[in-house]
Amino acid sequence: MSEVRLQIDGQEVAAPEGATVLEAAQGAGIPIPTLCHHEKLEPFGSCRLCTVEVERGGRKQHVVSCVYPVAEGLTVRTRTPEIERIRRVILELYLAHAPEAPRLKALAEEYGADKDRFDKESSFCIHCGLCVRYCAEVKKKHAVGFINRGTKKEIAFVPDIAARECWKCKECFPLCPTSWLQAAYVLVEGILFPREEQQA
Amino acid sequence: MERLHSPAELEAFRKAVLADRAPDQPCITLCAGSACHACGCNDVAEAVRVELAKQGLADRVHLRLTGCHGFCERGPILVIQPESVCYFQLTAADVPEIIEKTVKAGERVERLLYVDPDSGDPLAREDEIPFYKHQQRIVFGSNGSIDPKSIEDYVAIGGYSALAKALSEMTPEQVLDEVKRANLRGRGGGGFPAGIKWEGTRNAPDPVKYVVVNADEGDPGAYMDRSLLEGNPHAVLEGLILGAYAVGAHEGYVYVRQEYPLAVENVTLAIQKAEELGLLGDDILGSGFSFRVKVHRGAGAFVCGESTALMTALEGRVGEPRPKYIRSNVRGLWNRPTVLNNVETWANVPLIIQNGADWFTRIGTETSSGTKIFSIVGKITNTGLVEVPMGMPLRDIVYKIGGGIPGGKRLKAVQTGGPSGGCLPEHMLDLPVGFDELTQAGSMMGSGGMIVMDEDTCMVDVARYFIEFLTDESCGKCVPCREGLRQMLAVLTRICRGEGRDGDLEILEDLSVVAKEAALCGLGKSAPNPFLSTLRYFRDEYEAHIRENRCPALSCKDLIAFHIDPDRCRACGRCRRKCPAEAISGAKNVIHQIDQDLCTKCGTCLEVCPDRFGAVRKISGEPVPPPLPEDQRTVRARG
Repeated sequence: MSEVRLQIDGQEVAAPEGATVLEAAQGAGIPIPTLCHHEKLEPFGSCRLCTVEVERGGRKQHVVSCVYPVAEGLTVRTRTPEIERIRRVILELYLAHAPEAPRLKALAEEYGADKDRFDKESSFCIHCGLCVRYCAEVKKKHAVGFINRGTKKEIAFVPDIAARECWKCKECFPLCPTSWLQAAYVLVEGILFPREEQQA
Repeated sequence: MERLHSPAELEAFRKAVLADRAPDQPCITLCAGSACHACGCNDVAEAVRVELAKQGLADRVHLRLTGCHGFCERGPILVIQPESVCYFQLTAADVPEIIEKTVKAGERVERLLYVDPDSGDPLAREDEIPFYKHQQRIVFGSNGSIDPKSIEDYVAIGGYSALAKALSEMTPEQVLDEVKRANLRGRGGGGFPAGIKWEGTRNAPDPVKYVVVNADEGDPGAYMDRSLLEGNPHAVLEGLILGAYAVGAHEGYVYVRQEYPLAVENVTLAIQKAEELGLLGDDILGSGFSFRVKVHRGAGAFVCGESTALMTALEGRVGEPRPKYIRSNVRGLWNRPTVLNNVETWANVPLIIQNGADWFTRIGTETSSGTKIFSIVGKITNTGLVEVPMGMPLRDIVYKIGGGIPGGKRLKAVQTGGPSGGCLPEHMLDLPVGFDELTQAGSMMGSGGMIVMDEDTCMVDVARYFIEFLTDESCGKCVPCREGLRQMLAVLTRICRGEGRDGDLEILEDLSVVAKEAALCGLGKSAPNPFLSTLRYFRDEYEAHIRENRCPALSCKDLIAFHIDPDRCRACGRCRRKCPAEAISGAKNVIHQIDQDLCTKCGTCLEVCPDRFGAVRKISGEPVPPPLPEDQRTVRARG
């Protein structure tokens, strides 16, 4: 596979063809924040925190770096004032749901996001989809999925599958940026199936 | 039906169909589009059948149920050929008189004719009626004259001759070139040139390619794709086959929402008939070109009109958009090159191939060729579907065709382009309606929805309404859309309730920027437009709500009150009797008063108060005058 040369924040970076801008930046040690990216999973592009500015042929555009493929001669800027603004507002939106989640708090600090800008809504899940995708793509169990649409969307365990599979796995737990996943699991567990290891 | 094996056989079939029809034989066409169905065209059709049989005319007069004629305000619509006499707003009871007088005696039934609002003269023919006269119906015109369930009807008006021409006289490259030269821009939203999209697919290395009809129309108040697919499905199909030929696709899909049952039925039937005739399937008209079409019924989600979401849904998954920086025409459906165009875009293609790109570019403006079908709804006299050449000023559409604003009210704004479009104020009415002109004005063409608003419309509430619609329709995948819209709706709702605060406009602007710049798909990126365009042209209304707790349009319920002017009240009792909340007190000769705590602000009192008294007032941003002391409430006491 041939190499592509691009510029990220003024730094010359080489990346394999087909890589994403996020991967290229990570390879060069340039940090881009993200909440929904995981190296074992297909890019999802939902948290939008990794938005960067790319310039190609004189045309500037905001793109999400976890999906955008590298290209020869591409110029990438990861921290313009507009990008800082986008990240700050996105974090403020998230913080309305999970103001005390450590990863959100750390990012809020960095980008000057005000956790109280929007009215609090305690639904905790930020829909990064890490649990859903990890269970589907890596474990191939589909024990947790999204239900509903839009502002009513939430994660939910499928009781039948969860009762069979989850107690011995729980690999999705540490992936969750807000810890809500564990609460959702315990909820389903408490209502729908007995805790297997206690029975044993 | 015999399968046709060559363009010559298609011509022979056409001649046979025409020979079967006496041109002078009277034909009654009745609009059977969805709107006319809703106002009783089925009963009228039944009455026509019964009456024709009763009068012994069943063999000599043909009844044809057609697609939508466009003038939905006046349905059911019946047209008698060959004189083209139009009758509007019919009931079954009118039918015997029509058959007796018009069909048998050639006379007109005056009371059922359209009356010109200016001169008061009755107008009999479509081409005399202003609503039709100022239109140029090249795509939509056949809707009112053919039976969508009959492929013979479509062939009789020259249908499929563009396909025959392309397959026998043109290479795929020439078809593509003709569409490119015609500068046909996508009628579904963005206005991207169809020819360039097609070329990308044609040139993509993958040998398997697809063509798709996007019939997932979801804009509030817009139904032109529905009417076209219901009323003239073969035109859409012919366009699709031509597109498939041009790009080298052998499989196509019509993605139509399940809520359009008649469109699903008619297009499914059209596909079946076209297959029987050999216009679809293997070796079309003996050309060696093969192409098949399937109908996919969508579950009716606004986001599924977005191209990547539509394709995801077609693949059988949840209709969520995909983050993609490679265009769908190169990697679309099942990652294959895919041309996705809207219903109206496809329906233009046979006309372009038949008449040539030069003919097409002579219609419309420099950068927007051809015509556009608009659905004009809202506070307008003639609600319906209209097709006009691009570049017609908005004013002409609203006044000449639409008949202006009813009730002597003033026009305030025209919302174009659906939820993602914007509101254009009165002073911009002379804007020529084209893709680029609308975009520059902060709105867009979109799929052609046009909502007319009068002085009673609150623009903050309009923004709130559209944002609420989009909040319901967001797929919820990305945060600027899901969370951003949720917060925008919360702030706009607060403002409409008179609870706006300093900084609210900044919050809305911040969220708008983030949605525009960082949302995943077109729905999210354009979602702030209802807010941005109303802020651009009606900022004073936002400020009045936030700073003065006043709704200048006297529309937001939480900010208005109804009050009876004691000097004008004649104690007639009408408002008291009609008030559903029993909020009005008073009696004979006792001045009436509204108990503000009981009032539900329905406005009935204002409606029923006789004009000559004019005692009821709607107020906003000022305190309601205190009730009169009991001893001053007698009407006589004031002398």
